[in-house]
Amino acid sequence: MDRSTLDQIVQDKAAGRPVVLAKNLASGHNVLVYPFEKTERSPLLEAAREAAVNDRSASVTAADGTWFLQVFNPPLRMILIGAVHISQPLARMAVMAGYAVTIVDPRRAFATEDRFPGLTVTTDWPDEAMTKLKPNRRTAVVALTHDPKLDDPALLVALKSDAFYIGALGSSKTHAKRKDRMLAAGFSEATFHRIRGPVGLKIGARSPAEIAVSVLAEVIAALHEQSGSLVAPRDASTLPESQVA
Amino acid sequence: MKEAPSPGRAAPAAGAVVAPRKFETEDVLAIAHGWKAEGRKVALATVVTTWGSNPRPAGSMLAVDANTQFCGSVSGGCIEGAVIREAMDVIEDGTPRLLDFGVTDTQAWDVGLACGGKVQVYVERLD
Repeated sequence: MDRSTLDQIVQDKAAGRPVVLAKNLASGHNVLVYPFEKTERSPLLEAAREAAVNDRSASVTAADGTWFLQVFNPPLRMILIGAVHISQPLARMAVMAGYAVTIVDPRRAFATEDRFPGLTVTTDWPDEAMTKLKPNRRTAVVALTHDPKLDDPALLVALKSDAFYIGALGSSKTHAKRKDRMLAAGFSEATFHRIRGPVGLKIGARSPAEIAVSVLAEVIAALHEQSGSLVAPRDASTLPESQVA
Repeated sequence: MKEAPSPGRAAPAAGAVVAPRKFETEDVLAIAHGWKAEGRKVALATVVTTWGSNPRPAGSMLAVDANTQFCGSVSGGCIEGAVIREAMDVIEDGTPRLLDFGVTDTQAWDVGLACGGKVQVYVERLD
């Protein structure tokens, strides 16, 4: 690969511009394809578009040999409502898993750079922040404040979006009250059930880091359920005792 | 093997004030880009095809320099050694190679995938 191709990919990634590197495996020839910027119909462009939509690099065979299509999509996003204790390990774990994380909390004592070094923190009100962030089908939203004044405005925006995961911290009782409020706000029961609560996979999590693992695991499962690569969603409560201990 | 320094970052000089490190995910291409900018010789290995059970999907990358310092992965650690050895030749002669690994290739390669899958890795020099 020549330096200018690499420069361009690094630049596109920084700009959040989806790009597909098409590599002819016989000749080594590289072409950069922008899957969503052209409407012309060429087999390579269409294959690149499909690979980008599925977020899955793949090979395609053309008259001039096999091309490998390597997808460079902007990162998945995770929006955390609440700069609370659980958000600290969750944000770090999510970054490791490849998510661009934004933490939203208007309470300035919580939303500090010291508590979330190197991460994007905003003190906008959750509804304003969510409207600006425009969650899409590659975004997970997790409400963690325990406070309806902060969680609800974010959830109202999330439910109108294509976010692939919406979760909210709180007990079953809290979640039932949340349901009443969401239905009163005009959402159908089916729409309300997009919110996963109590949040996270059942692994008996207690500490903030353990809860972060359980939430991130549920987010990952939701992502792969959506893409069809998760064959059998599995709940830890169905595992043999030996695997749970 | 000696503990490699964290990819793409030089160890700070003794007594140096270390700026708070930005918490980020490992970006193999960005690291390779940085190495090249430092004048190091770099090869890129990319998983192009997988069959059966495989720990790393197509598109996974490993970057390696002429001193075998590397970042990223193309398997669960089963074939990285062989890919890095091959990459040294690629850095030398500039000819890309398409490598096949799998349970049936134990005679051609002294490594294989314990998980029983097969994987094809493209290795090229960053020019």
